[in-house]
Amino acid sequence: MIHAAFLIPLFPLAGFAVLAPFGRRLGNPLAGWFATAMVFFSFVVTALVFAGLFQHAPDARHFTQHWFTWLSVDHLRVDAGLYVDPLSMTMAAFITGVSTLIHLYSIGYMEHDKDFSKFFVYLNLFVFSMLMLVLGDNFLLSFFGWEGVGVCSYFLISFWFERPSAASAGKKAMIYNRIGDAGFLAAIFLIFEKTGSVQYRVVFAHLSHLPTGTLVAIALLLFLGAAGKSAQIPLYPWLADAMEGPTPVSALIHAATMVTAGVYLMCRINPILHLAPDAAHVIAWVGACTALLGASIGCAQNDIKKVLAYSTISQLGYMFLAVGSGAYVAAIFLMLTHAFYKALLFLSAGSVIHAMDDEQDIKKMGALAKLMPLTAIAFLIGWLSIAGIPPFSGFWSKGEVLMNAWAVSPALWAIGAFTAMLTAYYMGREYFLVFLGQRRWVEAHASGDGHAHVLEVSNHHGADPGASGARSTEETGSEPGHGSAGLHPHDARWVMSAPLVVLSICAVFGGFIDLPFHPNFVLLQRWLNPVVGHSLLVTHFSVAQEWAFGIADAVLALIGATIAASAWRRTAEHPALEPRVLSMAWFIDWSFDHLIARPSSMLAAFSSAVIDNRVIDGAVNGVGALARLGGLGLRKVQNGYVRTYALGLLAGAVVLIAFIIYRAGV
Amino acid sequence: MMARTLLAASTLSLPHVNYTAIMPELIVLGGSLLLLAVSAVTPRRLPTTVYAAMTSGIGIAALVASLVLYHDVRQGGAFVAIAHSIDVDGFSVLVMTLASCVLILTPMLAAGFFERERLGGCEYYALACISVGGAMLMGAANDLVLIFLALEVLSIPLYVMAGLDYRREGSGEAALKYFLLGAFSSAIFVYGIALVYGATGSTNLGEIAAFLSHNVLVANGVLYGGMALLIVGFSFKIAAVPFHMWTPDVYQGSPTPAVGFMASIAKVGGFAAFLRVFISSFPTLSQTWKPVLWVIVIITVLVGAIAALVQRNVKRMLAYSSINHAGFILLGLQAATARGAAGSLYYLFAYSLLVLGSFGVVAVVGGRGDSGHSIERYRGLGRRSPLLAGAFALLLLAQAGAPFTTGFFAKLYVVEAAVAAHSYALAIVAMVSAAIAAFFYLRVVFVMFGDVQPVPAPAGDAALVAAGEPALVATAVPHAGLLEPAAGASGGLLLAEAPVLVEQDAATVEPSTDEEVRDGIVSAWTWAGLILTVGATVVFGIWPQPLVDFAQHAHLLF
Repeated sequence: MIHAAFLIPLFPLAGFAVLAPFGRRLGNPLAGWFATAMVFFSFVVTALVFAGLFQHAPDARHFTQHWFTWLSVDHLRVDAGLYVDPLSMTMAAFITGVSTLIHLYSIGYMEHDKDFSKFFVYLNLFVFSMLMLVLGDNFLLSFFGWEGVGVCSYFLISFWFERPSAASAGKKAMIYNRIGDAGFLAAIFLIFEKTGSVQYRVVFAHLSHLPTGTLVAIALLLFLGAAGKSAQIPLYPWLADAMEGPTPVSALIHAATMVTAGVYLMCRINPILHLAPDAAHVIAWVGACTALLGASIGCAQNDIKKVLAYSTISQLGYMFLAVGSGAYVAAIFLMLTHAFYKALLFLSAGSVIHAMDDEQDIKKMGALAKLMPLTAIAFLIGWLSIAGIPPFSGFWSKGEVLMNAWAVSPALWAIGAFTAMLTAYYMGREYFLVFLGQRRWVEAHASGDGHAHVLEVSNHHGADPGASGARSTEETGSEPGHGSAGLHPHDARWVMSAPLVVLSICAVFGGFIDLPFHPNFVLLQRWLNPVVGHSLLVTHFSVAQEWAFGIADAVLALIGATIAASAWRRTAEHPALEPRVLSMAWFIDWSFDHLIARPSSMLAAFSSAVIDNRVIDGAVNGVGALARLGGLGLRKVQNGYVRTYALGLLAGAVVLIAFIIYRAGV
Repeated sequence: MMARTLLAASTLSLPHVNYTAIMPELIVLGGSLLLLAVSAVTPRRLPTTVYAAMTSGIGIAALVASLVLYHDVRQGGAFVAIAHSIDVDGFSVLVMTLASCVLILTPMLAAGFFERERLGGCEYYALACISVGGAMLMGAANDLVLIFLALEVLSIPLYVMAGLDYRREGSGEAALKYFLLGAFSSAIFVYGIALVYGATGSTNLGEIAAFLSHNVLVANGVLYGGMALLIVGFSFKIAAVPFHMWTPDVYQGSPTPAVGFMASIAKVGGFAAFLRVFISSFPTLSQTWKPVLWVIVIITVLVGAIAALVQRNVKRMLAYSSINHAGFILLGLQAATARGAAGSLYYLFAYSLLVLGSFGVVAVVGGRGDSGHSIERYRGLGRRSPLLAGAFALLLLAQAGAPFTTGFFAKLYVVEAAVAAHSYALAIVAMVSAAIAAFFYLRVVFVMFGDVQPVPAPAGDAALVAAGEPALVATAVPHAGLLEPAAGASGGLLLAEAPVLVEQDAATVEPSTDEEVRDGIVSAWTWAGLILTVGATVVFGIWPQPLVDFAQHAHLLF
């Protein structure tokens, strides 16, 4: 059973290979169903392998599936093969599971898009790359998946590339990721130089021979790579812009693939981090700061998806805090539960956007709960989970992270706890503004002039004309004669609702896979123990302490939620709570733009205008002119006459003989 | 006494002929006769696809025979046959296999062209069979005289092929140029054989090697001279600089499918013999010939890459790119190690398929009259015919050495061999040339998939180019004299370096007025050929092991 592991990445790859040439012929919705089926099969195989692995003794739960030797150059030997162990299988399971739901949802969400099949081509390739990343048995194969994920994210974020904002968001993601990738690459070089291998198990077996400084360097370089993919300080701004892609893409990037890659990498290299505690401290602090930063910015955003994007940055910060604290299980636990509730939140947000005719400004929503009860409940569950209200899943996972942070430094705990309160607040703000309070939009037929409404909405919306915007046939709703000017929000059809229900269930009960209180309940920890066990910083808390932490978390979450309720239940205007410094994201992105991007653009413009025109073109033209006018250079020789060529041949022969005989000293 | 001597002289002792050892050659040469016979006895002219199918069938039969021979060699070891003139070892069997693959693919990628151009008949296919037979023999020959014969068997059909498109002046010019220069280089080659024979007393490769390892020549000028001339002869065949000058003109003028074929088979045959002669006969003299090749490799990769940069004609560009590739393959020979030879063989394999496929696409895009080879014709191809453009892009990326294609491993293995042989400078220069080459491959990809509208040329540039045209005429005309290029009544040169200076000047060149290139007009045969070449490029690019093993076995039984 476990030897079917090769099928896990193969199914999405097959989906890609079939859909790329034939997707358009399969058409809408068949291409979508095909892609969904491929990912679902992959999920089924993952489940089977998972079960097969479970039958082994804990210490025997890993094996390498060797496919073929990919590269063999001198000492460097890179195999293409899979490494199956509890960590990679946990990742594969939730990647394929959540991706299946997102694929299903996309069938509904993208049904009016003219590039329907192309979307699924990219989605399948995305899932394939992500699976290669987590299943690869060496750094280079993971890097292959890593780059594949980067490329797919570029394609998908700028999927609606006709919109300049989407095109530039894709570029931004690409560039930030390149910075991180450089770190990853340098780390691979360093690892190969020091250990002579890039295979995980061989590398980890060699670690004890390496000096700490080297290990710290490797760990930090890999962390740079992880920071790029997982949007940590300072490489986070791309993630906020990445929501320019269609909403299912945001869900996929934020929940199942892409951003979790960095956390996975950090957990995979836990033996390195274990021996490089300095690096671990850096990671913990960067993680904590990112968590706080993301949460603070999230408090003042008005775009329904942007709030979620900053909350992802913040939650990823928690995961890195856990990794840096040596609590790998907590990191994976949070990643899992986060995948559930973040996918849930994004998909509900997508339903809202869909229903609101591509409106994304939460200040223009309100009172949607009655009209979209299912979506409202799903979003509510998502909010309560991310806020850490017991017994929702986020409470357990975040609690575990915070408890472990306390063991490292109470300061880290304090930052994390404050962030937790902020999280409950800003997500509550979003919930109240979208689903409760007053209706701040115009219902169908309520105002006689639906057309004016649409104009008003798009005028207010600033740079972003909304999700499927110009390319969605829903726009025709505002045409006269179509009879449905304005909005009538409603829950989406079942392909979009079913994933919400499944994810809601997971978000509620997902926390039960790793409950504290009793050693028999920590299922996830026991499962992952063979992988991360010896690196875990185990701190034993008494049951009373665990209760105290739990109660503190719950109280903080409730405080945050209460503030949100009292402030945003009735009104949508609280300028004091939305200082400009927060809505402008601490001006960090702005500063990057003005201090780095613009000067380099200016440098590029200068180079193009002056250096390229004068120096390079000048040289090219000069060479050309020289060749032409003086009759020198290539064309003189290559003039088309046989006699010239024969002469050249003869001259070459003469020179060659002279050279050989001269060298031989005859 | 005297009578006995006469008697002895008059009984010619015939060698025992082991037919299985030359079965692939017999199949392809017999196949060419079969093709000619069929075309002679059929009352009506058969469609070109029938001949193409027959030729591919002959290729498949030769492939099977080669693989059977491969099996024999793996089981029973290498052996020499037919009076020590034929080597049957992993190397020759690999060359046979490769040549068979070329013969299978060539008609697929040519049939559509000949149908479109209404150049029916079996000539192209029969010539291809003969040429492939020559290439196989070059890989197997263990005697310099036989190598020379094989070289001619390989080359003469190519000269004819170059002139096959008799209605186009350029084709005739290309054929005549190729023939004259080829004859010249053959003469040099034969002279080299004579000198080597004079110095060592044998033309048999094994005996030459044995002689050189047992004797120390006091005055070895004759031997060195002979070796140098052999290098010249081979370098001409494989188009290494400075013996490459025929290449761009011949490639540009010849019918496009013939170019694809000659670019692959001439290199296969030429390199096969080059590797065998220098590695098995002159290993003791490697300190003498390695520096020569060192220089040749450097100028070959650089001239190939840099000259290709300024080409506006895609066929000419690919001609220079094949020169660049020749430099890379030589890199493996220059290493003078088993690893290097294996790397060269792998490169040959990858290159042959890539170049066949690339010219297959060029033949389609060239349009009726085989004239639309300006790079402008490729503008927007990605939109009009995405599959064709996609295949071409992939083949070009592979030629540039992109990962996940055979091109990547090909470059990797020869450069690795060079590094292992401590030729660091060579490896670096080769990689720099690869980076330069990537530029012009990517330019074509960019043109195909970039904006449809060309950027209008700034007035200054246009003027510059306009000024360039008369300048060429001015340099060309006064020299017209002794040997008039075969350009026909027009009296001008059709095939020479065009004045390409600024890319934008192409904006003034209208894409050919021929019918639009769309995926729909591509024949099923061409698709089959492209699928095979592209498929092999990608599959063996991701899963290189089988080909690598194959190439390495070749050297083990060397």
